[in-house]
Amino acid sequence: MAPSAYLILGAILFSVGTLGVLLRRNALVIFMSIELMLNAVNLTLVTFARMRGTLDGQVLAFFVIAVAAAEVVVGLAIIVAMFRRKQTASVDDARLFKW
Amino acid sequence: MVAAVPSIVRADWLVLLFPAAGSIILMFYGQRMRRAAGPIATLMMTASFVVAGITFFRIAGRPEGSRSFVHTIYTFFHAGGLNVNVDYRIDPLSITMMLVVTGVGTLIHLYSIGYMRGDPREGRYFQYLNLFAFSMLLLVMANNFLIMFVGWELVGLCSYLLIGFWFDREQAAVAAKKAFITNRVGDFSFVIGLFLIFNHFGTLDFGKVFSSAPTVITAGTATAIGLLLFGGAAGKSAQIPLYVWLPDAMMGPTPVSALIHAATMVTAGVYMVARTHVIYDLGHSGAVVVASIGAATMLMAGLIAIAQDDIKRVLAYSTISQLGYMFIGVGSGAYVAGMFHLVTHAFFKALLFLAAGSVLHALHDRGDITQMGGLRKKLPWTTFVFVLGWLAIIAFPGTSGFFSKDQVLEGAYGAGHTAIWAIGVIGAAITGFYMTRLLYLTFFGKSRDTEGLHPHESPVSMVFPMVLLGIAAIIGGFLINGNGENGRLARFLEPSVGPRAVAAVPAQTSAQNPETGVLPHRIGGLSAGALSGIATAAGVGGAVVALAMYGGLWDWQRRRENPGLAWRALSNKFFVDDVYQFLFTSVGMLVATALAFVVDTTWIDGVVNGFGTVTTKVAAVGRRVQTGLVRSYALGILGGGVLLLAFFVARAVR
Repeated sequence: MAPSAYLILGAILFSVGTLGVLLRRNALVIFMSIELMLNAVNLTLVTFARMRGTLDGQVLAFFVIAVAAAEVVVGLAIIVAMFRRKQTASVDDARLFKW
Repeated sequence: MVAAVPSIVRADWLVLLFPAAGSIILMFYGQRMRRAAGPIATLMMTASFVVAGITFFRIAGRPEGSRSFVHTIYTFFHAGGLNVNVDYRIDPLSITMMLVVTGVGTLIHLYSIGYMRGDPREGRYFQYLNLFAFSMLLLVMANNFLIMFVGWELVGLCSYLLIGFWFDREQAAVAAKKAFITNRVGDFSFVIGLFLIFNHFGTLDFGKVFSSAPTVITAGTATAIGLLLFGGAAGKSAQIPLYVWLPDAMMGPTPVSALIHAATMVTAGVYMVARTHVIYDLGHSGAVVVASIGAATMLMAGLIAIAQDDIKRVLAYSTISQLGYMFIGVGSGAYVAGMFHLVTHAFFKALLFLAAGSVLHALHDRGDITQMGGLRKKLPWTTFVFVLGWLAIIAFPGTSGFFSKDQVLEGAYGAGHTAIWAIGVIGAAITGFYMTRLLYLTFFGKSRDTEGLHPHESPVSMVFPMVLLGIAAIIGGFLINGNGENGRLARFLEPSVGPRAVAAVPAQTSAQNPETGVLPHRIGGLSAGALSGIATAAGVGGAVVALAMYGGLWDWQRRRENPGLAWRALSNKFFVDDVYQFLFTSVGMLVATALAFVVDTTWIDGVVNGFGTVTTKVAAVGRRVQTGLVRSYALGILGGGVLLLAFFVARAVR
């Protein structure tokens, strides 16, 4: 299969993730969308690495996976804490910084 | 001329160190040790005096040409082309001043122990006094204009602190402020002078400036520098137009008046002119202005002194007047005479002030001489030393004032300033008059209003320094420089300020200024003896007239109730203070009010409030962006990312 197919798949996944972040209100779903975007980027990185015959992109992908894991820990903790206080996971209800 | 290896002066920084150490010790422990503070400060001054004395003898023991030393301690700062060292200069001129400052200073410290006993801020007093001694020594030992200026400002600070020492008396606080502000005016001029020097020479070092001055600057520039520096001297040494602070400075403790406002600090201007004599030799018209202002100040202050009733005020105006004499000397090129008068004046005026302090001590600070009289019986020692000081200041033949005043007037006459000489002679008569009035009204005649106060003689610790100063006031002049231009001081100072330094001025400047470069004593129609006779006759004549008038021929008490126009002008100090009050205080107040309530409220506040208003208006609209909706922020981030991407893609494509 041509490498461009992987790139197109990556772009589609990234767009789906972006729309998910922008349009969904549930914090958990937004979180999953962010994971989707991260993995779309990973896919693209690996594809480029394969196309260029270097390992840079692969190494970077591992970094992204590691950082994403850490981010999930923090992010989920925030969501759980917020749910405990407000009995909701809707990001639109967290508007304390409104003017 | 200046030796590089300062082995002979290696320990001389101790002169500075002792008073500095005393001041620092007393700063921390002065209030706690109370009674011990005075003896410690006096001990420090004595040590400083001993070191200065040793230095003097070591310097004097060397051949005439090699008596100047510069010791560099470290580089103060180095900025652009300006390199300023912390260094000190030991030469005949500075050692003379060091001996005066430490010598008279020690005696006055000793006197202060008795005078300030029981004052709740005794420790602080001696701390300031030691700090002053350090500052004054820094001023006279400096080897560049900037360090001199540091000392110059520090003595001004000490003067302020000590005038306002009894700051709980409103008059003292006001007088301190007046002294400080008046001096700032002079210092402003002084600083401009320093700028001008740096602009032309690229350095502030004394040695470099003076050795290159004849080739680097024109007579006009030298005149400008000289006049600007003299502006500073007029402030510090209380000359017209900045003399008004000195009489008010008498609000401070009397030993302070003796040390700072008679013997040392106020003579800093005279020392400065002598130190920078190369500048004044080149800019001859500047020197003439110095001599003229000295003469005018001398006459005016002497006249005012006639009509003052406060014992210290009379002495204050007398000091201004005598400083005028010194400026006549140094302005006429007779630097040795000016310095000589500085030294003898330090003796006899410090003595007179200390004696006045003794009187005030006995009378519980009531200084009105019209209420005194007859104190001779109650205060025999004070009367005795006051008479010694009186003899010296009216230039009675043989006393120190006789020699120094004569040499000053001879210098003026020899330089061709006949008018200034004539004013000087009139001034001598006036000096004789007001000093005799002061002496007679205070100590002689019938007691007028002091019976209830039970005056008593001061303790030995106060009388002893006065007696020493009295001896110096009588025989000091003869010992130091009895022989005019061949006197000890003249020969000692010659390498620093004498005719030889003048002779080094190149021909073209000498041609422009025919007076410089010529020994001043030998020109003119009258011989030195005749000049001396005229001046002495004037001084003693003034004294005799005063004695006759106040001794009984004239009912001065009845005359006082109905004063004439002249008397009113004199007793109101020629209304100079009132004119200044109007010009600078009232008009200044008006300008300040206008600025405060018009310019400040409309313009300055307008700008400041404008910034506030604009910020508020913008924020009122701009804050709507902060919706608090997380997803809208995410959209913003996405938009920004897209824009950045578009930018880089567009750049890569092109």
